[in-house]
Amino acid sequence: MKRSHWSIPYVVFMAIFVVLPLILVMVYAFQDGEGHFTLANITRFFSDSDALGTFAVSLEVAIENTLICILIGYPAAWILANKDLNRSAVTIILFIMPMWINALMRTLATAEIFNMLGIPLGKGTLLFGMVYDYLPFMIYPIYNVLVKLDRSYLEAAQDLGATPWKVFWKVTVPLSMPGVTSGVLMVFMPTVSTFAISEFLTNNKIKLFGTIIQENINSSMWNYGAALAFIMLIIIGITTLFSDDNENAEEALI
Amino acid sequence: MKKFFAQTYIWFLLALLYAPLILIAIFSFTESRVLGSWTGFSTQLYANLFSGEMQESGSLLAAVKNTLLIAFISATVSMILGTIAAVGIHNLQGRKKQAVSFLNNIPMINPDVITGVSLFLLFVFLHISQGFLTVILAHISFGTPYVVLSVLPKLRQMNPNVYEAALDLGATPGQALRKVLVPQLRPGMVSGFILAFTMSLDDFAVTFFTRGTIGLETLSTYIYADARKGGLTPELRALMTLIFLIILILLIIINVRQAKMQKTNE
Amino acid sequence: MAASEEHIIDLKHVSKRFGDKVVLDDISLYIRKGEFVTLLGPSGCGKTTTLRLISGFLAPDEGEILLDGKDISGIPPYKRPFNTVFQRYALFPHLDVYENIAFGLKLQKVPEDEIEKRVKRVLKLVSMSDYEDRDVDSLSGGQQQRVAIARALVNQPKILLLDEPLAALDLKMRKDMQIELKEMHKKLGITFIYVTHDQEEALTLSDTIVVMNEGKIQQIGTPIDIYNEPVNCFVADFIGESNILKGRMMRDRRVAFIKHEFDCVDEGFGEDVPVDVVVRPEDIYFTTDPAKCQFTAKVNSCIFKGVHYEMWVDTDTGYELMIQDYDPYPVGTEVMLYIDPDDIQVMHKERTRNVFEGEMVDETHVEMLGGTFECLPQEGLAAGDKVRVETKFEHVDLLDHQEDGVIAGEVHFLLYKGDHYHLTILTENGDHLWVDTNDIWDKGDLVGINFAPKDLKISKRDEA
Repeated sequence: MKRSHWSIPYVVFMAIFVVLPLILVMVYAFQDGEGHFTLANITRFFSDSDALGTFAVSLEVAIENTLICILIGYPAAWILANKDLNRSAVTIILFIMPMWINALMRTLATAEIFNMLGIPLGKGTLLFGMVYDYLPFMIYPIYNVLVKLDRSYLEAAQDLGATPWKVFWKVTVPLSMPGVTSGVLMVFMPTVSTFAISEFLTNNKIKLFGTIIQENINSSMWNYGAALAFIMLIIIGITTLFSDDNENAEEALI
Repeated sequence: MKKFFAQTYIWFLLALLYAPLILIAIFSFTESRVLGSWTGFSTQLYANLFSGEMQESGSLLAAVKNTLLIAFISATVSMILGTIAAVGIHNLQGRKKQAVSFLNNIPMINPDVITGVSLFLLFVFLHISQGFLTVILAHISFGTPYVVLSVLPKLRQMNPNVYEAALDLGATPGQALRKVLVPQLRPGMVSGFILAFTMSLDDFAVTFFTRGTIGLETLSTYIYADARKGGLTPELRALMTLIFLIILILLIIINVRQAKMQKTNE
Repeated sequence: MAASEEHIIDLKHVSKRFGDKVVLDDISLYIRKGEFVTLLGPSGCGKTTTLRLISGFLAPDEGEILLDGKDISGIPPYKRPFNTVFQRYALFPHLDVYENIAFGLKLQKVPEDEIEKRVKRVLKLVSMSDYEDRDVDSLSGGQQQRVAIARALVNQPKILLLDEPLAALDLKMRKDMQIELKEMHKKLGITFIYVTHDQEEALTLSDTIVVMNEGKIQQIGTPIDIYNEPVNCFVADFIGESNILKGRMMRDRRVAFIKHEFDCVDEGFGEDVPVDVVVRPEDIYFTTDPAKCQFTAKVNSCIFKGVHYEMWVDTDTGYELMIQDYDPYPVGTEVMLYIDPDDIQVMHKERTRNVFEGEMVDETHVEMLGGTFECLPQEGLAAGDKVRVETKFEHVDLLDHQEDGVIAGEVHFLLYKGDHYHLTILTENGDHLWVDTNDIWDKGDLVGINFAPKDLKISKRDEA
């Protein structure tokens, strides 16, 4: 038996538990309750101002969250990966650790703090909490790429006359893009789709797209729920197209 | 000067990140129902956690047990399935390799709501009644890709001839696997297992959609239900503090061991 | 120890394909008991594949492999009485030196005290006695090499297979290990099959060399035979330095090249036949005696190479030759030269022009090599006719950019023939074509390929 055949059990498993379910999402999205083909679920979304509003808010929050995470996370990752500025492994562990703790638990802790401080829950607390939750997921992949970056590239750039500022923008940043891509995938997607987190952080005032999918599925509106999930799948497809080098991006995680 | 700014920035971020966890930890030593009002030092919350009423099914501790059991079973299966798959993928070539790698990436890119909904539709479609088993299957499906990605680099680093060297020296394929391949892939398998395990512990959405209606609770779903009822059970503060400590200790042990191994290699 | 006449391994008409690619094409070869045989060739020539067929990691698509006269196709590698020293050693990083060497014996359930005795003995053989407990990662390349050899030898194989074992070592270490390997072979008396791309290593070590290229055996012989009497341009070019030149056999023992005629010792080629001629650079002699002088030349470069000087000269007839001599001649010197008849090696030409099979598309287009080329109007040929297309080596147009050609290819092999280059081009479709050109190309260059319509000679091909 060829060793390449060892992938077969996994491929079969994935076909059943990953590919088939996604196909089912599409099938249900284009069916009515009786199993007939229909576009009604899709058109319903585009005429449902509540759903459209939620959709817009979700995208807005996700984009804002992602940008803030990059702005805060990139310098942090850069400092952590720079041996001249940080020699302590403990700080790195401390940044990674929140990734290991249940996100709901961390979110609840954050929400409790807002309650304790008497800050009203809303858009601001939502963003704040999201950044809290997802910042480590941005820092870690960028750190991972930067720490493995061959220093000779930086030295070569300096040797060729680049100032430290130029070295950073022309060499370090482009070479760390797989990490950023990976970070974006790990922050943007979950933010668009999250449901429990937004409920806790806004006391149900702001609904995100994930929440309305969940509500529809839970109230047995499978077809409409599937249609909403399908729309989200398309958003994901578009996002991943922008990050063309997926394989590198995924491996930046490990 | 530069270093001072850098360090300040790092520690400021860490302080912000950990403030909620530390507050929770502090208030786990008082009995007050609401966070923020200190009613005197007490270890009552910890005692409650391990007392009788918390042990009943449907209770917090039962949820913790379920979470651990699901994570352990699914991560173990993921580790085995993923390692075998990684060996296969490593030996694939060209388009086939790309196709399988793409397949492997889907669950990692997919938001958990989509994974949850799609698996929910699958189980409905196949008329499989949802419960413990379906949750485990779901967790295997999103945990295995992490194992594959952890084991693949080890395969790439491995001298491609070691497996054949073992056969050459008289080992049967089975012996070569046990005595040569597995020991060399072990670090990748272990980190893959840990990743799959934590993904499973962390999961809420997928479990939420695939646990069915039999009342199966994991830590996540318990907290979710609890929070929606309004207010957090005070015992959760003690539990969070414990989990926080356990993970901190585990991470330190792992890192100290890694540092030591690197030193002996040098 | 002299090799006996008894064959230990026979390969009979063995072929192997990976997908569409033929890596071994009808190879036949025997190896005598106790012999040191080297499979020599450039990367991708099929030498490692041949070794892996013998060790059992691959199975032949056609043909059979015999051990002591018995077919061993069905025997898995772990049951074959051979052991391999792998490229980059393949030591088990999780085991120490002792455990690595004892691996095979433990699997055979050899008693512990016996294992210890044998491991110690073999460690002594490779001069690594004090290293038993060392981690293999802490060993130098040369030491790892010795452990890899010990690990194979401790199982007392009938044949030791070595797959480029010295490739990862530096030059000095490689030379030392060559001597040690040679001594080990003498001492142990077992058969060694050795794979390398290093011709010097092959010449130093082997009793017999098998020169391979593109999945075919080019020549089998002793090192001296192979060096002195290469059978074709490939072997001449691959083994040692050589001047390879276009020539013409005038009659028996008389050959013309570089526009001069020379006496030689070859016979039986016929009269006025195109041939290739090989002259080793150390076989062209300087003389001051006008009576001995066969041709004159002007030195255009002179480089010291340690033992000898390497000089390039331009002959009076416009050819460039390489000469090696212990005495330097300054650049610009006019020199008189001669070549002994014994030192001229005449070879049959493998081909004199390109021949392709194709099919007419219409009157002025022919399809071949995976592309459609324009040709002159062909009378008497209709669309769909199967045709044979011929073109001279110098009539192939090579273009810098792949997309500028009708088809694309890669420079696969090149020979300098004194006044032009002879290139072998591998097309995208896997066809070969040969090109004579004055332009300078490097191996691996990607080129576009085209033909002028007038240079394609087309004739109808009979369906057979």
